[in-house]
Amino acid sequence: MVAQGKIVWVSGPAVRADGMSDAKMYETVSVGNLKLIGEVIKLTGDVAFIQVYESTSGLKPGEPVVGTGNPLSVLLGPGIIGQLYDGIQRPLRELSKKSGSFIGRGITTTPVDMTKKWHFVPTVSVGDEVTGGSVLGTVKESELIDHSIMVPPNHPGGKITNIVTEGDYNIETEIATTEKDGKTISLKMYHKWPVRKPRPIKSRYDPTVPLITGQRVIDTFFPIAKGGTGSIPGAFGTGKTVTLHQIAKWADAQVVVYIGCGERGNEMTEVLVDFPKLKDPLTGKPLMDRTILVANTSNMPVAAREASIYTGVTIAEYYRDMGKDVVLVADSTSRWAEALREMSGRLEEMPAEEGYPSYLASRLAEFYERAGRVRAIGSPDRDGSVTIIGAVSPSGGDFTEPVTTHTMRFIKTFWALDAKLAYSRHYPSINWMNSYSGYLADIAKWWSANIDKEWFNIRSEAYGILQREDTLKEIVRLLGPEALPDEEKLILEVARMIKIGLLQQNSFDDVDTFCSPEKQFKLMKLFVDFYNKGQQAIKTGATLADIRVMSIIPSLLKARMEIKDDEMSKLDQLEKDMEEQFKSITGVKVSN
Amino acid sequence: MTIQGGVQYNKIAEIKGPLVVVDDVENAAFDELVEIETKDGEKRLGKVLEVGNGKAIVQVFEGTTGLSISGTSARFVGKLMEMPVSKALLGRVFDGLGRPKDGLPDPIADKFVDINGEPMNPEQREYPKDFIQTGISVIDGLMTLVRGQKLPIFSGSGMSHNLLAAQIARQASVVGTQDDFAVVFAAIGVQYSEAEYFRRSLEDSGALKRSVLFLNTADDPAIERIITPRVALTVAEYLAFDLGMHVLVIMTDMTNYAEALREISAAREEVPGRKGYPGYLYTDLSTIYERAGKLQGRKGSVTQIPILSMPSDDITHPIPDLTGYITEGQMVIGRDLFRQGIYPPINILMSLSRLMKDGIGEGSTRADHSEVANQVYDAYSRAQEVRALAGIVGKAGLTDIDLKYMDVGDVFEKELLSQATDENRTIEETLGIMWKIVSKLPKNEITKIKDKYVDQYYKEE
Repeated sequence: MVAQGKIVWVSGPAVRADGMSDAKMYETVSVGNLKLIGEVIKLTGDVAFIQVYESTSGLKPGEPVVGTGNPLSVLLGPGIIGQLYDGIQRPLRELSKKSGSFIGRGITTTPVDMTKKWHFVPTVSVGDEVTGGSVLGTVKESELIDHSIMVPPNHPGGKITNIVTEGDYNIETEIATTEKDGKTISLKMYHKWPVRKPRPIKSRYDPTVPLITGQRVIDTFFPIAKGGTGSIPGAFGTGKTVTLHQIAKWADAQVVVYIGCGERGNEMTEVLVDFPKLKDPLTGKPLMDRTILVANTSNMPVAAREASIYTGVTIAEYYRDMGKDVVLVADSTSRWAEALREMSGRLEEMPAEEGYPSYLASRLAEFYERAGRVRAIGSPDRDGSVTIIGAVSPSGGDFTEPVTTHTMRFIKTFWALDAKLAYSRHYPSINWMNSYSGYLADIAKWWSANIDKEWFNIRSEAYGILQREDTLKEIVRLLGPEALPDEEKLILEVARMIKIGLLQQNSFDDVDTFCSPEKQFKLMKLFVDFYNKGQQAIKTGATLADIRVMSIIPSLLKARMEIKDDEMSKLDQLEKDMEEQFKSITGVKVSN
Repeated sequence: MTIQGGVQYNKIAEIKGPLVVVDDVENAAFDELVEIETKDGEKRLGKVLEVGNGKAIVQVFEGTTGLSISGTSARFVGKLMEMPVSKALLGRVFDGLGRPKDGLPDPIADKFVDINGEPMNPEQREYPKDFIQTGISVIDGLMTLVRGQKLPIFSGSGMSHNLLAAQIARQASVVGTQDDFAVVFAAIGVQYSEAEYFRRSLEDSGALKRSVLFLNTADDPAIERIITPRVALTVAEYLAFDLGMHVLVIMTDMTNYAEALREISAAREEVPGRKGYPGYLYTDLSTIYERAGKLQGRKGSVTQIPILSMPSDDITHPIPDLTGYITEGQMVIGRDLFRQGIYPPINILMSLSRLMKDGIGEGSTRADHSEVANQVYDAYSRAQEVRALAGIVGKAGLTDIDLKYMDVGDVFEKELLSQATDENRTIEETLGIMWKIVSKLPKNEITKIKDKYVDQYYKEE
């Protein structure tokens, strides 16, 4: 029996309806004559409190509210890749066909094209035992994605009694049937899954493989693991979005889910314009072929913003269950928290810090816990991961505000953006003293096995130079640089070189935008070598002035944009030139 | 706007702040337009903020001063607040609610449009990338404005933001085009003299007949300010997307808008966010700023330059803070530069244009633009560090290279930043000055420009 009630009260995105004693918590309902989509978030007596995912302008008390009997769910099947969805999985391209350039209300459409035919290749046969999660066959969804058609996770299991032969089918076609205890279940190429419920898994692994992003300050200094969690907080203008775009572009994942949660419309447009043109560095195929966008821009209804995060993470889990590495980028979790706050305020709940609801921390924890590297349920065995990277937009750039502090409790990699660095145009403005990565020790093993055994030591040396510079800067601030001896001035000099030549990265430069792990290591090693040779030279009589005028310096600093990933021999040449130049300055002094 | 029809209710339950609570209401809709009539027959406009259980909470734009419980009536009009739009609006002056203020009759409407607008479908947006030459070096060179962008001016009380905005309005052009352009100006709670300055500036440059002005001055009702930017943007959208014009919208001062919003929130006894502003300030501001943009398949564009004054010059105050999270960059007016008499006193290090990267380069400005801009930013930032250091240790404690950077800072402020209010520089001139600044540095310091551009443009003195 579905609930059928009437609106009694409207205020912004919040609606109260009576006659709703049959409604269930988190059930989706149709609200008003326009049939707006809403979700039940509180029940008192027969009054349901509903958050409405569309603008409620013009809604009147007395209009009908009808339950659907189902919780807010997403449709999972082929056709999702390359889409731009709103917060409740309505494809924005389809919406524009119905309502033009602006988003109208009360429009219903299916998340994927139900009539499009996909070439299905079965991988099971009649008589095979399957359980929830088992793969029935595959479909080539895009140039980059082999989509596994899976038995829904909540399926009771059974024997395959029928499976279609290889061929072209739309997703509404029955492709298989199972039977157990005399009960037959029909299976299609898609199923639905409630967004607020994590999809089940068999087991979890430790995240030990790095997610290579091609961003030096991330991969080399504050790496994140596949299946890990990371957060990037920063005041406006510090480059959150650019960094997240870079990760979405270059991360070595098979699927990227990008959630624009309460952010700028043009940013989503930018992704839509750029990604089809950009090529995946590993496969050379357009990036859009592995990307799914969920956009609830800041001016779209606030309740759907709250849902967008769950919609995105459920889609990510679905591709994870196929055995893929998925990166989920959420920009910005602060806007999601504000949506929670707004609804909480309208529910007249007792506020905690800064008006946020007391359950903010537990909601954040639940969200980040949906990340992980896992063994999927069903057969055959598949290992996949969901890496979650959330932006935080702290008000006033203050990291002590509730969303930032609570987020820090549930993530392991923290990229602290720094307004001061951004003001001096040091991008990405990730502060190397305040950031951290909890995956470093595990990931170091990958680097030493795959790139260079010395990776961890060289990295520690490079980071040590930056740390010592940080202490010396205090002295310089009081006494001026001339107060330091040459050995210490060299630390300042090399730290500056590391900042310009390694930490800074120009996302808009064709070469610099992505840096291979090999080049990252080699560049870092060049700067560390420079430092060690410089100290040696000073010991044997050279002065800092001799070092400063070395013509190798600008070449080292520009190597990040002048030398391509496939021109590693040029870096070797730089190393040789550097040695020669050091020999010549020490040589001069010794002969004196 | 003349309003007819609707249902009238006479039972006023409560009047507090800008709100009127009407009792025994049936059939009223959320957001519906309401006309309040006082005992003496005076009419005021309002809209429904909350409705249910027989009550409606109405926000009265012109304030509740003089209203009484008995004798006041509320007529629920049966529609949302709409603005009549047509080409005849060009050259006209309206009040903060969109009623003629120039003594002329109501313009003939082509159509009536809901002032709240609808969110643009991100899939239907066209990514903005047409370079607008403002003729102001610091903007064109370092924080380039493009068509369809929203780029606010963050200022403080008493500084020259109006001068700057007026100069942009006069000089802005897209090189090599003869497109139809228009200016929509919304004065939100500013002094009469400031609004008048803009009007005269538009008149002097001959742009007034292509402008639409909405004036809510400091002595006009505060709650009206909630509406002013919305009617202005509704007209701008019509001019841009129905008539294909390129519209520049200047809104000043958004701080007054946010304060009006806070007043209503306080009267409704809502749980406040930071500094008493409502928790939905971000969302609310976004419904204004996000109305800038370009759409696929339509000719026009809406470019916004909102102006806001930062209380105590504090950029972390909720109004500039939340604005900066929504807009595509910001131009920050610096108090120090202003005190030194520099015009325009833009602090480039705190300023930024997010859409610059796509509006510049080969085909629009010049291939080396992005890199030389990076180097100028870097050099000026170093110059500021060195100046701070020199303040403590004196010039004697500085290295030779430090002194060069100090020199660069001076040249930057004198030659690139400083400019007369009627000086209109081409982008080539601007890039020339930028290279002049970069050329003050030894080649070893040029770390952000590729060798091929250094070879082409660097001229050692």
